[in-house]
Amino acid sequence: MENKGLNKVGLIFENIDPKEVLTKAFKMTRDEIIQQVLDSGLKGRGGAGFPTGMKWKFTAAEKDPEKYIVCNADEGEPGTFKDREILDRVAYKVYGGMAIAGHTIGAKEGYVYLRGEYKFLLPKLMKELDDFHKMIDEIGYDFRIHYRMGSGAYICGEESALFESIEGFRGEPRNKPPYPTTSGVFCKPTSINNVETLVTVMMIIRDGAESYVRLGTKDSRGSKVFSISGDTPTPGIFELELGMTVQEFVKEFGDGDTKAVQVGGASGFCVPRKKFENTIIGFEGVPTGGSMKLFNSSRSMYNVLHNYLDFFTEESCGQCTPCRVGCQQLLKGVEKVKKGEVKSTYLNELVKLADTMKIASKCGLGQSVGNAFRTIVENFREEIIY
Amino acid sequence: MYEVEDLVKNLSLKYGRSRRSLMPILQGIVEKHNYLTDEVMVEVAKALDISAAEVYGTASFYTFLDTQVRGKYVIRVCKTITCSMKGKGEIMQTIEEMLKIRPGETTPDRMFSLLETNCIGWCHKAPAMLINEMPYTELTSEKVVEILKSYMKTK
Ligand SMILES: Cc1cc2nc3c(=O)[nH]c(=O)nc-3n(C[C@H](O)[C@H](O)[C@H](O)COP(=O)(O)O)c2cc1C
Ligand code: SF4
Repeated sequence: MENKGLNKVGLIFENIDPKEVLTKAFKMTRDEIIQQVLDSGLKGRGGAGFPTGMKWKFTAAEKDPEKYIVCNADEGEPGTFKDREILDRVAYKVYGGMAIAGHTIGAKEGYVYLRGEYKFLLPKLMKELDDFHKMIDEIGYDFRIHYRMGSGAYICGEESALFESIEGFRGEPRNKPPYPTTSGVFCKPTSINNVETLVTVMMIIRDGAESYVRLGTKDSRGSKVFSISGDTPTPGIFELELGMTVQEFVKEFGDGDTKAVQVGGASGFCVPRKKFENTIIGFEGVPTGGSMKLFNSSRSMYNVLHNYLDFFTEESCGQCTPCRVGCQQLLKGVEKVKKGEVKSTYLNELVKLADTMKIASKCGLGQSVGNAFRTIVENFREEIIY
Repeated sequence: MYEVEDLVKNLSLKYGRSRRSLMPILQGIVEKHNYLTDEVMVEVAKALDISAAEVYGTASFYTFLDTQVRGKYVIRVCKTITCSMKGKGEIMQTIEEMLKIRPGETTPDRMFSLLETNCIGWCHKAPAMLINEMPYTELTSEKVVEILKSYMKTK
């Protein structure tokens, strides 16, 4: 295939007239909006990739008169920093997306849950929120948004932990089902969406689904904002059309010596050089909430794995045993292997443990520790052992 | 010591007295006084009519709701992989030498606490740290010294 370079897109950060888009949206029926979002193929940009149109459809179908739209701005996945940039530059589009969601699902109130690490942005965001409230009042639409701050817990990005936190409790994930669409924040039907997802909806409503599906592939429609860091001459935030291979990505962002790319942060997958060519970044290959970390040959993948395990051990909420104890054992385990205290075949036992955690853990944190663990251990076994 | 009762009263007037006001109230206290004392947690429990164990249980879950003594300026240096690769160790060493404290400790004058933290979302400008809520990025030893000096002047 001819490599024509990556397609840089400017949808998310483009300045638009929010009043025009919202006026258009409020004239559309629920079903029309849901159909547009379904047709666009948009999948959640927070990492899990659930189709946004479906989520809204389920929430809209609930009979409860009290419903909520929650914007997930907890952005704690290592290597992700695009939501901060989106809020910093185009918060009004996030608020607009929330109002469209509110209109669609039947919610009059929304919450933005912003991580504590981004508190320095709050005064500016609140001012912009005041302006936004004035604008929708002018349109004559009844909708209000509130801010809630996180306090340094990664797990609060998990949707049900986030609800617990808004309600004033420890951020411990709930059992599912019930899903948020039936019982979310304050146990009311809730649609929770990532910052970028909400902005994307604004653009889909403005341009129409037909225009959006021109970008991307069948399984990964549209474009995505990537947070790029590590060993790259050009770290930063880039909106790219979906569907590229890791090879194409590395060609553009690598430093010429890239040996691995961690796609999707600590809970994502490690792609080694030999798999660059055949791995697509997206739902048909390796999905990502936007985090892309490049490592060159000077880096020890043991250090990378150790760092991730240390992260999970600290951030596990400790509620369920497979994750609480599993994280600790994986961390201790790789340390023992490195020190030569146990045979290298012990790594196979640890991979089994990570697999068990995937099945037995209560939430996405424990379930995804094995992603990085397995892919790093399988591809860089010697680096873990010696 | 600060006027616990007044502070809690003002915050619960601002945010309400229901359970869902707990986080904003605790965050408001930490913003003013850097950490949560036992005394203040008991006062919050009274104001919201819940048990003090509930307040402590919630607070202790969140890293930023410190229940240990913290200085006026809490320094949190990011230790996640990119910052770690790009010189976090040197930054920590510079701060430790300058303030003569180890990670987890507070200076005797209660001006600074030094902590390590997980990803704060500045990987593209690593290494990075927060001082209270302000982020500082693309740090070098020289830059850190200047930053800390500027905080010392505000005594
Ligand atoms: C441990 C954990 C952390 C998460 N952190 C975030 C986060 O910071 N931001 C986010 O949007 N989604 C995060 N998610 C995913 C959310 O649970 C949820 O799927 C998402 O907010 C839904 O929005 P979307 O469909 O628009 O992506 C996290 C999930 C898990 C399991
Ligand atoms: S998997 Fe981990 S983070 Fe999730 S509920 Fe269990 S202990 Fe908590």
